[in-house]
Amino acid sequence: MDIAALKTKKNITTGVIMLAILILLAFVPLYAPGYPVILLSSILMYVILTVGWVMFSGPTGYISLAPAAFFGFGIYTTAIIGEAIPFAVVVLIGGAASFCLAMLVGALTLRLRGIYFAVFTFGLLMLIANSVNYYEIHFTGTRGRFVMVKGYDLIYFYMLGIFVLLMIAATVIKHSRYGLALISIGLEEEAAEHCGINVVMVKVMVFAISAFFMGAAGSVMATKWTYIDSGIAFYMLYSFMPVLMALFGGMGQLFGPVIGSAIFTYLEEVLITRFPEVYMLIFGIILVIAILYLPDGLVGLIQKLWKRFSERKHANT
Amino acid sequence: MSVHDGFLSVRSGQPANIITSIQEAFGMIVKIFDVLVAGLLLGGIYALIAVGLSLQYGVARVFNISHGEFIMLGAFATWILYTTAGINPLISLIICGPFVFLIGFFLHKTLFKSLLSSSPNMNVFEGKSMLACFGLLFIIQNIALLIWGADFKGYSYLNVGINFLGAVFAANRLVTLLAALAIGAVFYLFLAFTRMGKAIRAAAQDPKTAGLMGVNINQVLALCFGFGAVMAGFAGALISMCYPIQTTMGLEYTVIAIIVVALGGMGSIVGSFIGGFLLGLIGSIVTSIEPSLYLIVFYFIFSLLLLVRPKGILGR
Repeated sequence: MDIAALKTKKNITTGVIMLAILILLAFVPLYAPGYPVILLSSILMYVILTVGWVMFSGPTGYISLAPAAFFGFGIYTTAIIGEAIPFAVVVLIGGAASFCLAMLVGALTLRLRGIYFAVFTFGLLMLIANSVNYYEIHFTGTRGRFVMVKGYDLIYFYMLGIFVLLMIAATVIKHSRYGLALISIGLEEEAAEHCGINVVMVKVMVFAISAFFMGAAGSVMATKWTYIDSGIAFYMLYSFMPVLMALFGGMGQLFGPVIGSAIFTYLEEVLITRFPEVYMLIFGIILVIAILYLPDGLVGLIQKLWKRFSERKHANT
Repeated sequence: MSVHDGFLSVRSGQPANIITSIQEAFGMIVKIFDVLVAGLLLGGIYALIAVGLSLQYGVARVFNISHGEFIMLGAFATWILYTTAGINPLISLIICGPFVFLIGFFLHKTLFKSLLSSSPNMNVFEGKSMLACFGLLFIIQNIALLIWGADFKGYSYLNVGINFLGAVFAANRLVTLLAALAIGAVFYLFLAFTRMGKAIRAAAQDPKTAGLMGVNINQVLALCFGFGAVMAGFAGALISMCYPIQTTMGLEYTVIAIIVVALGGMGSIVGSFIGGFLLGLIGSIVTSIEPSLYLIVFYFIFSLLLLVRPKGILGR
């Protein structure tokens, strides 16, 4: 059996496992209605934000703190036009709004590198949040808006759908020429440009595609909260959490951020209910520890341990 | 309406109305002067905060998002010393300084030094250290929240009005401005004329070469981080004299520091002071016109500056 055949066999096995997990997830509302569905929805929300973040920031090394802006754009889309149009279209429009915002941001910030990009995206988030707040108070006369309620099951199915599409998009991009282009941009942007990569186009497109999914997730999740204002929709933590979860899970593989955010969201849920006072403190400590001791994240650590374990096995036989 | 009346009455030659319109104009000038003075008084604190951040990023390459938390620590330490022991806030500057310095110094010695040695290049280090600072922000803020709660705290120090050419302000604001200017000047002289200052400037220009020239680079970077923290602590102490303080006040001042640094340029004390006074003036003018707009204007200037001239006005 040659290597190519071995590889396809491995791919088929992972594909089958993925499909099995997906089918299992799809039937959760049937055999475990109520709280598990709500919990899984919020896990999926963070998974989408994190995978979306890793899609662009993982290979390029550009730390974007704009996810909350894209997410909030989606939320406000639902709040503004939610009642008039079918929900699926609303979600699409929410994604498209974020897509356009990301195109604009990307086109504006091409000259910024390193820390300036991170700071700019953060400033942009705060600018949008404050402007929306100002507009609502001075022109609409209300602070927040009410959003129509959809069932928890519906939210869950939508999130699952967005998640699947995102994973497909992320995998396709990662294994295409654009994935390679992103990695080379991350390693040495100028060299990448000299190799004939249209650096600007690749960066902006991938940034915008990742924003599409964040926006779509936002417009679905808006219906869960029923009431939103600029503080809820553009909450800073939606920008920091994906970064932390990606670091925690590891950015080398696509399932790293998935695992990282799933574990972290569950942890957050437990901590908030048990220790509401110290939850943010623990969050900070985990962040520092993850940066210091988990350079490749949880998945990187497991892989390292696994490698060491399997090498020992070979040495023994 | 009144202007129109005044105009007509001037033409019909009624002296009493001329006097009122002169008074109105004079009131306007006083108001503008008032706004300008308020802006300058605010600018001193802004400048001091920015000097600290610019030192930490300009030399130690740590983009310290938790800068505001050191400001908060300084403010609360001063508040405690004043309310429990009755110590003059200006004296507690001297007491708090070393403590905050040690916190900053050892943070760099432990956390950032190991990040520095594990990062393949400076870009990776900057990203990692910024994220670590987010962690620090949450840790420091939440410990403070556990100790002091989320309420506003404050005390009254030198809260007497001073009338300066018609502009009325509290004496403590003038004290903060003078203290900020003095601290900035002392630090400028320290950088310009001492051996350690020379080492810091060398490290800012090129850390590797400075290391080769016999500068103990790790020591200098840790010192710089410590000094940056001290500046934040000082600023916090000064802030607590005039404004109510709160455990969650940090981020707001961090953002201001970042904007001032973006205005004045990284690693320049003079630039920080120019930027600080500029932002103070802008803030004061905007607040006098439409108070709820001032955060939007800050963030707008900030985003615009980063796009147009990321190096700042005086940046190299």
